[in-house]
Amino acid sequence: MSTIILLLITGLGLGALYFLVASGLSLIYGLMGVLNFAHGSFLTLGAFAGWELARRMGGESWGTLIASLLLGMIVGALVAAATEFLLIRRLYNRHIEQVLVTVGLALATVALFDGIWGTDPIYVTAPPWLSQTTEILGARVPNDRFLLIGAAVIVLLGIVAFLRYTRFGLVIRAGVENRSMVTALGIDVRKAFTVVFAIGGAAAGLGGVLASHYFGYVSPQLGGSLLIFAFIVTVIGGLGSLAGAAIASVAVAILQQFANYFLGGTGDLMVVLLLAVVLLVRPTGILGKKA
Amino acid sequence: MTEPSTPIVTESILTVSDLNASIDGQQVVESVSFEMLPVGVTALLGRNGVGKTSTLRAILGLIERSGEVSIAGERVDREPTHRIVQRGVGYVPEDREVFASLTVAENLRLAERDASPNRELIAELFPDLTDRAGQLAGTLSGGQQQMVSLARALVNDNRVLLVDEPTKGLAPLIVMDVARALERAAQTVPVLLVEQNLQVVRMLAKKAIVLEGGRVVYDGSAEELLGNEALTKELLGVA
Amino acid sequence: MTLFTKLSQRTWWIVGGVFVVLAALLPLLNISIPGVLPGATYTPGTLQLLALALLFASLALSYHLLFGTAGMLSFGHALYFALGAYGLGIVLQQTQLTLIPALGLTIAIVIAAAYLLGSLSLRVTGISFAMVTLAFAQAGNVLVRRNPAITGGEEGLRLDTEHIPDFFIGVINTRNLYWLALALLVVVFVIVAWFENSRAGHAVTATRENELRVRVLGLRPFGVKLMAFVIASVLASLVGMVHLLLQSGTTPRATSADFTLTILVIVVLGGVGSRWGAIVGGIIYTLLDQRLTALAGSDAIADLPAVLRIPLSEPLFILGTLFILVVLFLPGGIAGAARRLSTGTSTTPLARKQLEEAE
Repeated sequence: MSTIILLLITGLGLGALYFLVASGLSLIYGLMGVLNFAHGSFLTLGAFAGWELARRMGGESWGTLIASLLLGMIVGALVAAATEFLLIRRLYNRHIEQVLVTVGLALATVALFDGIWGTDPIYVTAPPWLSQTTEILGARVPNDRFLLIGAAVIVLLGIVAFLRYTRFGLVIRAGVENRSMVTALGIDVRKAFTVVFAIGGAAAGLGGVLASHYFGYVSPQLGGSLLIFAFIVTVIGGLGSLAGAAIASVAVAILQQFANYFLGGTGDLMVVLLLAVVLLVRPTGILGKKA
Repeated sequence: MTEPSTPIVTESILTVSDLNASIDGQQVVESVSFEMLPVGVTALLGRNGVGKTSTLRAILGLIERSGEVSIAGERVDREPTHRIVQRGVGYVPEDREVFASLTVAENLRLAERDASPNRELIAELFPDLTDRAGQLAGTLSGGQQQMVSLARALVNDNRVLLVDEPTKGLAPLIVMDVARALERAAQTVPVLLVEQNLQVVRMLAKKAIVLEGGRVVYDGSAEELLGNEALTKELLGVA
Repeated sequence: MTLFTKLSQRTWWIVGGVFVVLAALLPLLNISIPGVLPGATYTPGTLQLLALALLFASLALSYHLLFGTAGMLSFGHALYFALGAYGLGIVLQQTQLTLIPALGLTIAIVIAAAYLLGSLSLRVTGISFAMVTLAFAQAGNVLVRRNPAITGGEEGLRLDTEHIPDFFIGVINTRNLYWLALALLVVVFVIVAWFENSRAGHAVTATRENELRVRVLGLRPFGVKLMAFVIASVLASLVGMVHLLLQSGTTPRATSADFTLTILVIVVLGGVGSRWGAIVGGIIYTLLDQRLTALAGSDAIADLPAVLRIPLSEPLFILGTLFILVVLFLPGGIAGAARRLSTGTSTTPLARKQLEEAE
């Protein structure tokens, strides 16, 4: 029983991480039709920014952790907004080219990170509490999972609030549903694009810092390896659906944990199998827009 | 129907000249030219699939097009859609296109462009919507959605309204409600109306433009057209 | 009228044939291009590089068929390359089959896999399709890494030369492998050209533009797309198999998303929709990659200030940036630019012919 609890909670923790990356991907795709391959690099850059700050401030304190989380978010948001403004905007409505540009950006940025920080993983330091465990119903749960879950919940609530209560949020919600009608109401959707990219980048940057604590290290490959799972989650949840991304993140992560434990490390394969099943039964994903 | 006092206008409110449009490489509008009446309702008629909706969408720049479009004497065809709309164009699309995942109030709020939206006018014309302000637009009936779509176009002080088949798929009683709302709207704003329901056209339109094969084949008085049974049958297929 | 349009199709085939003959003669000649080739054209080192370039050209051609002609943006093409390489390698290791039967068996496996995975992936289109193909390739990557007993794991798989004819083994015989790569390029080119000019090929190009219209015409878009998918995948696997022979082994890198992205970059740089662009792209990429790696380690770069040195010492950074610039400013790639210079348009002759037929 305690094993089940442990698997569930660690699954939720991993799911939180997936959600942080997938939420941005889903929104960006939903509103703009762009598949952002560079999203992984937003994450990696956020992670490195957080690490550099922690390195200078002394990694063991909570203040440092909070500061690095914030910095990761800000860096992610800025880089994402810049990407949209400088690269994506020029290719308005040319979806394939937009994807290609993000591919090129991903290649170039990972290589750049390799050059600046080297290809080997760099170990991070964190407040000692994170590496300790808390006992819940007999299971010893590593504390960093709680941080992840907490952060993801805050981000989810934050994005939902933004979408519900702000004008930009209104425009984005309408735009995800019917972009041309929004334009026909006299609204310049392109401003919303930058905002959506920035939100996605912030979530990814935050996820990057958290990922570095979850895995225990930063490396240029960090974003790329998570990005693939984020893609799978986004497809399963339904492109463009924030709720779908949330549900799918949790489902995929928990499946992975259980499969790894009970089925001998086949977590990754089970996820792909789940993807195949979803594709067969419901190609647009759990909560996706009908094609 | 009493004529409201008309301001003296020197240029047409909406002029289209040699408009060509295509969707996915297929030409749907060919060399269409016409001028809207500065006051009242101008009807854009024709059989199914003849290019009426495409003409409206082409005016707004929602589909690929070439040619001249002028609003109040100023050329707008080089501008992106949202700029054209900001000049004072209200659009009521075919199939309503309300945002199903937004509430009625949010649909209207989204459409608000200037500092003083016509909230009282909307409340007066569409009392039902005020009651349903918090309801998700996707759960409304067809007629109610049509009201939302109309209200969206009336919430601003627009200079022209482009209305596409507002009575499509609606029960006769609702059709009358919509027609009356349009009539009211047309008292202050000129309307370009695409409509299949000739009864509504008879009630509202002063001028009629008929399209066939993507081109203009009639441009003149609505009353004369609809009064001539043979002509109506020939151009529109139905009486 | 310009050079491109004046010459007929037949003339182009003759020009191509001449190039093939010239290429075949290279190992017998003593041509040196310092700065590009590591040695003279008869040296094994240079022939290895040239063979690799030809393989990448073939691989780019197979992706051109998938993406350029059929419009299917796949992020998992590397999977089939790897399936060919690992498949052949494992068959040779685990069975007593000689080369030809082993090739046959591997091809059969690839066809089955491509048919199955393609059918699944084609349930969705566009971006979703791209992501699904990525996921399947990732699964392949995981399978390879987690089964070191069969695949050699992270270390890679070594070629078991026991049942391979002698003329493919050993440094001295590099030129035989070079000729094999050249022959493969010819075969791949012929198959791609044949498919593009066939009825199925025209259907699949039409599907790329407007799927609804194709359905109205009574053709089944799914069927022709699957066909293009399987053919492209088999071609990629053939390249993988020859690659295995050439490099005497294969590594998990062949299954990585990076690798597919590299192929994508090559095709886009060369010009999507152009066969020649794909070939030129593949060759230039291989030579450039080798040169950039050498350049990156050179003294000239090492002397630059860090701001310039760090980016320039990473070949992928240069490639990625180049790619971005091409996508932004040179959408037709190299082929498009060349065409624009000579004809003033950037549509391929094939595309133009199809457009005219459609009128």
